[in-house]
Amino acid sequence: MADAEALIDVRGLEAWYGKRRILADVDFRVEPGEIRVIMGGSGSGKSTLLRHVLGLHRPSAGTIRVLGVDIAHADAAQMLDIRRKIGVSFQGGALLTSLSVGDNVALPLRELTTLDENTIRIMSRIKLEVVNLGGFQDLMPSQLSGGMVKRAALARAIVMDPKLLFFDEPSAGLDPVVSAELDELILRLRDALRMTIVVVTHELESAFKIADTITVLDQGRVLMTGTVDEVRNADNERIQDLLNRRPREVVVDVDAYMKRLTEEDA
Amino acid sequence: MNEVTSEEQGDFTVVRLSGEVDLSWSQQVRQAILDALEREAGVGVELSAVSYIDSSGIAALVEGFQNARQNGRRFALVAVSQAVMAVLELARLDRVFPIVADVEAARAV
Repeated sequence: MADAEALIDVRGLEAWYGKRRILADVDFRVEPGEIRVIMGGSGSGKSTLLRHVLGLHRPSAGTIRVLGVDIAHADAAQMLDIRRKIGVSFQGGALLTSLSVGDNVALPLRELTTLDENTIRIMSRIKLEVVNLGGFQDLMPSQLSGGMVKRAALARAIVMDPKLLFFDEPSAGLDPVVSAELDELILRLRDALRMTIVVVTHELESAFKIADTITVLDQGRVLMTGTVDEVRNADNERIQDLLNRRPREVVVDVDAYMKRLTEEDA
Repeated sequence: MNEVTSEEQGDFTVVRLSGEVDLSWSQQVRQAILDALEREAGVGVELSAVSYIDSSGIAALVEGFQNARQNGRRFALVAVSQAVMAVLELARLDRVFPIVADVEAARAV
């Protein structure tokens, strides 16, 4: 049964920030070995979906299963086991500023394994080589450029060879060459280390290059999930707007608008 | 099946790995390679039956190679499977290790 094999299985997810509904009835399923891109404009709910799948937020409604575990009801041991098997590269890097690049990358191995220190050093330096930061282990994060921070964060995210890798906006703020290198690396990580990879991006070129399948989010709803060709050829005006970078037509509801502007408790 | 075996051939040991080399038993692989280097003047790590290797397994190979270099021993990877080669290539380690087709060639490294 395909459902049993899915590494991520989200059903009917709803999320609210205060009175604002961010996600509505989101179904999202990722199979092993897949590279799935979550695509959508700013405020479409991409990052919120990611944060729910990572267990950083509890769903208002719906279920989220990651590696077969319902994460809203997982105990601490189950969550720890999941965290060992997933890697996350956040948009801003999220490196610890007081640790060297090498210690940042080695951190998950030191925290979550009992490996020999020689092995830890070699494993973390291999990953720095993989992201083209070989020899940079003694620098502090503040000494790195934005692109280097991003690559160091990726090295840390993959240092445990996770089954499931999440990558939030890999291309944002990078020059085109580094960005293309990262796209290539994502494909190789899947092929060589058998990772299943979820990439959140609004970069169309990158999405089309790396994705096996794309989930298009818009205003908190899944517009479609399909192959690159299916998304490109989608007969949906909003998707075509996104692909062709057309600004969306904002529908103005006079009552709702006036309420937002005037009511104290809006 | 995950297995590591060592076969002594004169002053040379062939360490054979099979199955999926990952975090759960790569320390055993590391120890087998280091033990072989302790005993013999040369070690070949045979990898044809390895269907997957993670970074901890690669780290064991790197440590073995470094140990051999420091102590003037011969060291080579033998009959590297496609799955292992893909991981070596990821970090350009295919250009670092001596990689040979068979044990005969490894003895001559």
